[in-house]
Amino acid sequence: MKRVFADINLKPNLNDMEQVRQMVLKASELDYRLIALPVPASFSSSLEKHTQRLREICKERSLDIASRLNLQPKTPRELLQFLRKWRRKFEIIAVVCESKAVARQAAKDHRVDLLNFPAIDFHGRFFDNAEAELASKSQASLEIEIKPLLTLKGPARIRLLSVLRREAAIAKNFHVPIVVSSGATNPLLMRKPLEMAALATLFDLDKPSALDAVSKNPLAIVKRNREKLSPRFVAPGIRLIKMGKDC
Amino acid sequence: MKVRRRYLALKIDSSEKFEQKEFLDALWNAVIRLFGEYGASKTGLALIGYNMEKGFAIIRVAHTEVEKVRAAISSITEVAAKPVAIHVLAVSGTLKALHRKFGAATSGN
Repeated sequence: MKRVFADINLKPNLNDMEQVRQMVLKASELDYRLIALPVPASFSSSLEKHTQRLREICKERSLDIASRLNLQPKTPRELLQFLRKWRRKFEIIAVVCESKAVARQAAKDHRVDLLNFPAIDFHGRFFDNAEAELASKSQASLEIEIKPLLTLKGPARIRLLSVLRREAAIAKNFHVPIVVSSGATNPLLMRKPLEMAALATLFDLDKPSALDAVSKNPLAIVKRNREKLSPRFVAPGIRLIKMGKDC
Repeated sequence: MKVRRRYLALKIDSSEKFEQKEFLDALWNAVIRLFGEYGASKTGLALIGYNMEKGFAIIRVAHTEVEKVRAAISSITEVAAKPVAIHVLAVSGTLKALHRKFGAATSGN
């Protein structure tokens, strides 16, 4: 069966609808079927208007779009507040972990879908064995952005590859799903799914895992959350089929 | 032993046009930066065709190195200091199949 590919981390300037349109068109051209454009928490007030426009653009190209929020809390307490406020409004919740305390809280909270770490600050990447163990219990995935691999050069890229290789190995040991996304801020930083998978092999993911990281894993997150956000959802595996007098 | 090869059709995604030499330099630099001279020597990389007007190229690589070369091609963000993205359109075992698929675009200098 043909794989369906997803890039759930496109980062155009959301105030520039022309750029957003270009990136959506490019995603469709590159053979993606599902995309997500992260919205920062500060942007979420004008969310309805933007989401509506985005859905219209995607509909023209038969693309599925998932709503995604990037949280960047300073403390674990702030993270919990954000999650209480936003979880039921978005299909994907990613947490950019800037401190170890936040990373640990995010990893153990089942409402968090993606753990994202700053790419350039190597001391700020807290994905170790303890983090992976917590993440594996809460179904959180490790998100790896491709953009820094393209933009960094020389020693910085060497260091990044080495860190990613270690993190990918830890994730594999603890069965934490890896999601590879572009993090592209313009169309020229977008790559085809097979190219993203080829780049993922640079940090020692085998080819099937690399392909899963751009197809199966992100799709599973969106499917799971759409089911949970559906009004018919009762509990995992339990759905409301009929209600009222005809039961 | 017969060397098995693969032919890759590439699309250069940019508003600019590039000379063949500029494109080839960018390609080799990307491979060497990622895999070193030793790794690059194993790829068997060669430019088979280049169409500057259409931004289209065909390269040949050793069949075991296709994924490495694909990764190197994906890592290219500029050619001659101008922003660019290069995409692999197709991989084929024979040149004939690529010519059949991409027709006129494959004819160039």
